[in-house]
Amino acid sequence: MKKQRSLFKSIGLGLGILLVLVVYAYGFQVTQVDFAETSSEVRLTQLSRILRALAHPDIIEFEQEETIAKTPIYLPCPEGGLELPEVDTSEPYLVTDVACAESKENVIVEGYHLPSGSKGPIHFLTASGANLQLGNFVVAGDGTFRESVRMPTRQPVAEAQYIRATARVPVGAPMLTDTAIVTWDKIVETVFLALLATTFGTLLAIPISFLAARNLMSEIKYSLTSVALTILGWPLGIGLGLLLTRWLAMLSEKLSANSLLTAVSMVIIPLLAYALFRWILPLLGQKQPGVFVRISRLFVYLLIAASGIIFLQLLAQSALTVGQALIEPLGPLGFLGGFIAQLGDVLNISLPVVVALAGGAVVGSPMSALGQRISDRYAARFVKIINIVLSAAAGALLFILIGAAINWFYQINDLYKVLLIPGGVGALLGILLAVRTDPKDLMPLGSTIYMITRTILNAIRSVEPLIMVIVFAVWVGIGPFAGVLALGLHTIAALAKLYSEQVESIMPGPLEAVQATGANRLQTIVFAVVPQIVPPYISFTMYRWDINVRMSTIIGFAGGGGIGFLLMQNINLLNYRAASTQMLAIAVVVASMDYISSSLRKRLV
Amino acid sequence: MLEVRNLTKIYDGGVLALDNVSFSVEQGEFLAVIGLSGSGKSTLLRCINRLVEPTEGQILWNGVDITAASQDELLRIRRKIGMVFQHFNLVTRSKVITNVLAGRLGYVNTGRSMVNRFPKSDIDMALKQMDRVDITDQAYKRADELSGGQQQRVGIARAMVQEPEMILADEPVASLDPVLAHSIMQHLDQINKEDGATVLCSLHFLDLVHQYADRAIALNDGLLMFDGAPEAIDDEKFKEIYGKEAERVG
Ligand SMILES: Nc1ncnc2c1ncn2[C@@H]1O[C@H](COP(=O)(O)OP(=O)(O)OP(=O)(O)O)[C@@H](O)[C@H]1O
Ligand SMILES: [Mg+2]
Repeated sequence: MKKQRSLFKSIGLGLGILLVLVVYAYGFQVTQVDFAETSSEVRLTQLSRILRALAHPDIIEFEQEETIAKTPIYLPCPEGGLELPEVDTSEPYLVTDVACAESKENVIVEGYHLPSGSKGPIHFLTASGANLQLGNFVVAGDGTFRESVRMPTRQPVAEAQYIRATARVPVGAPMLTDTAIVTWDKIVETVFLALLATTFGTLLAIPISFLAARNLMSEIKYSLTSVALTILGWPLGIGLGLLLTRWLAMLSEKLSANSLLTAVSMVIIPLLAYALFRWILPLLGQKQPGVFVRISRLFVYLLIAASGIIFLQLLAQSALTVGQALIEPLGPLGFLGGFIAQLGDVLNISLPVVVALAGGAVVGSPMSALGQRISDRYAARFVKIINIVLSAAAGALLFILIGAAINWFYQINDLYKVLLIPGGVGALLGILLAVRTDPKDLMPLGSTIYMITRTILNAIRSVEPLIMVIVFAVWVGIGPFAGVLALGLHTIAALAKLYSEQVESIMPGPLEAVQATGANRLQTIVFAVVPQIVPPYISFTMYRWDINVRMSTIIGFAGGGGIGFLLMQNINLLNYRAASTQMLAIAVVVASMDYISSSLRKRLV
Repeated sequence: MLEVRNLTKIYDGGVLALDNVSFSVEQGEFLAVIGLSGSGKSTLLRCINRLVEPTEGQILWNGVDITAASQDELLRIRRKIGMVFQHFNLVTRSKVITNVLAGRLGYVNTGRSMVNRFPKSDIDMALKQMDRVDITDQAYKRADELSGGQQQRVGIARAMVQEPEMILADEPVASLDPVLAHSIMQHLDQINKEDGATVLCSLHFLDLVHQYADRAIALNDGLLMFDGAPEAIDDEKFKEIYGKEAERVG
């Protein structure tokens, strides 16, 4: 019995080893492992060429002063002797031991009166004007050199051809080569690419991380009435917000056509809003406001919001104009003007989005509260009927939106398929949900949002920035901006996940204690969650900064700008000395940024 | 007056932590809650401010049904109920004064509190209550720089700035030495006697119960075993509450 088992065991072991061997053998074949290649002579000479080039990064050069000396030579020797020219021995000059030679014959070249210590190439100048390098020389202390060179193989030519020595002496201070200057430009671009991507990514990842934290989200539960009204309210609010901004944009466009009018209204509008606010202030404190007070309050809020939007639109417009006007007069600091103009543009682009989201919240949250009140106050039967109607509408809306998204991708453009079927299915599912659940049951809205957020984050995170940048390069053009967007998006997804895990691992005690004081959700987050997550958030941000610096150096390989683009070009052009400069720059930047962030980390965390 | 009627709590895992518990507490009473570990004391106290959702039963406080309150109403009820915890539950990385001011969150404007701007009157109140528990010197230290006894006093000050009508104290002295335990209990006693707040306090030591409580209730495995004056806990009752093998100490 025992023996048998050990027999099975050894057979198993043998099979296991065999399997491992097969796996690796197949692996060798698939990856085309070929060690003979590594030691073949051709490959080795190529390798040493590259390694030598890499060891000579093209960084510094000197301005050169050239001294040229020439002497005629006949190749081959002409029939009937030749006439030797006069040599001016006061100037630098060359002499050869023979006046004429055959192809492949060795000739001794001597140079005199050359700058001592200079060096350079010896060329053969053909009758047709080509230069063939014959060798190099170094001038000795007494201003002479002596080299033996081999004549090239040429067709016979009757007239004299020349041997030329170019003696070069470095003069003046060392200078950066063009390669070094371009590399510096690009490395600055690279670091800023990483900086912007990290900043944008972090700023957006922080709020998202709260949505992706299970412990915060699982507590968010609302009755079906409230959830249905929220789903109906948000798109409505978003639509209204977009409408409002578009309408106000027309107004502010008219205003901003005249710069004086712009300036005046930028002063008057905030003052007006403030006056309104002061006027409404006493009404805000009222505990049980009447209908009239409520309506006028709402109206004033709307007016204040509208004037705020107009103000921001005017601000964006004037930032754009002022910024562009500043680029010229500021000269080398012109980028500041460009920056102001870009900020104006960012404001212009993001304002509708922000207003739309705010509109969603402004309409969505009171509707959610209304729903909660309905299900709290009224009898279960009545609530059930309301739920059926509302969740049918909400389900239909949700599915129609999904249908519209699918249609956008696949261009089905069939009203029946993308509108009616999803609408019907959504309504049906909504009704089913409302019928099947207890009307006052709480729906896990928070957990649903958590799941959706997590899924999206995981999907985004699994796509490497090097691949994302391809899409962005098509969108905004090849260049560093595409790199910023791709790295930024990946940063959002990666950091939001890391951050949310920190939120999930905070101590529940303080959270419970702050909740027990009657604090609402936002207050609980600010007072109990934020203090606990600041240190890990800082250290994860720095960790991400390190990653982004590394990524930004190669994102140019895929069109994302920065030094990677230059490096790839030079590698493709077999310009290894330039490539070496860029690799060196990358190494220096990555190492120094690592050092800086690790010392900052020590101080901060 | 607080009335607990047929309160039952079954946790998600199926644990029956409270089994049909009913009792009532007069305004201004000091009620001790005793029982073995795992008998349901914490669950009971947490059900009262709905940090734990009761499965069944009602909790009426001054005629308002806490169990039926909406989210908004619940926040308004909670701000009148201070809570003190065994492990203090301070936000340790925040300053002491911030921890105390957290007790005002139910009263202040959300926007202002988010940027840590409390009204002057609230800050004055925080300083005054900190003075009552003798931690004014520590106001601007980080909470984790304080000793256990000091931390619990911060916890009490946090509850006091809520201007509470009721205090729920869940084993407030279980992680402190006997001397500190008495000083903390005296602070609770002070809130009870001077401010007139009802106190529900779970305790492990009967001598503390005798010394501070007006009345005691006892839980065993989620069941209410005793409700009466602390003096009425004789040997027989003691064995009912704590089990046959238990020996009285002290
Ligand atoms: N969150 C929870 N989920 C599931 N079961 C729980 C949870 N909290 C407590 N319980 C269980 O409920 C019962 C009562 O626990 P509770 O914490 O109320 O007891 P306790 O009397 O406060 O004990 P202790 O004196 O140790 O604090 C225990 O059996 C416990 O395991
Ligand atoms: Mg407990």
